[in-house]
Amino acid sequence: MTTRREFLVVTAAALVPAAVEAQVDPNLAANRKAAFQEALHRITGDAAVRRGRVKVQLPPLIDNGNSVPLSVAVESPMTAADHVKAIHVLTEKNPLPDVISVALGPRAGRASISTRVRLADTQTVTAIAQMSDGSFWSDSAEVVVTLSACLEEGLI
Amino acid sequence: MARAVVTVPAQAKRGEIIEIKTLAQHAMETGFRRTQTGELIPRDIIRTFRCTYNGVEVCRVDLHPAIAANPLIAFTTVATESGTLSFQWAGDNGYTVTEIAPIRVE
Repeated sequence: MTTRREFLVVTAAALVPAAVEAQVDPNLAANRKAAFQEALHRITGDAAVRRGRVKVQLPPLIDNGNSVPLSVAVESPMTAADHVKAIHVLTEKNPLPDVISVALGPRAGRASISTRVRLADTQTVTAIAQMSDGSFWSDSAEVVVTLSACLEEGLI
Repeated sequence: MARAVVTVPAQAKRGEIIEIKTLAQHAMETGFRRTQTGELIPRDIIRTFRCTYNGVEVCRVDLHPAIAANPLIAFTTVATESGTLSFQWAGDNGYTVTEIAPIRVE
């Protein structure tokens, strides 16, 4: 759970421009965790997130975190009455939790997307699907990353 | 300089679900990397992607620094009528690219 103090630190770091941001260590595990929770809350609000219906596909062992194939598929008939409104992908240990957000509609035919992502560390990748009835479903995948992305200069 | 490639089947049956692949040429600089002298390289990424089919939106994507360089976005749509698919990328430093792909539906 995020304490008030942690929340203030993270929020201040997000709001204050580069000069101050550089002094705040972005690699603190607590900061990352708080940022993940905040991103999750921004997407879902206070709604419950159930597991299932969503399928995340990622290779379990990744040599190079700079380009990792990721696909997310959601079980849905994709009709005007019942479709996937959005798919969000979040990570726990990247410098920023957000990876990609896709807004879909019945015109998509199938709720499935693929892309290539960067992963900074061995971690859990979570996909959250928002249905047209307002419910949220999720799935996560554990990945092992041997060469991490974007942190070659030894920030970890 | 700015280039993009889209793969759309040239023709499809009515009601068929077709797969679309898009690739944009972009370094997707994260804003977390530093030069050898320790200066932060400013963020320069594609922020949004949008696909429309004869003016109707199929999908809208928000990209973040965690998307790999030369972002690949693959998705599906229902082939409803002949016409054009339009793809738009927009990002930092005024980056905008538009691609158009025709499709014939029988």
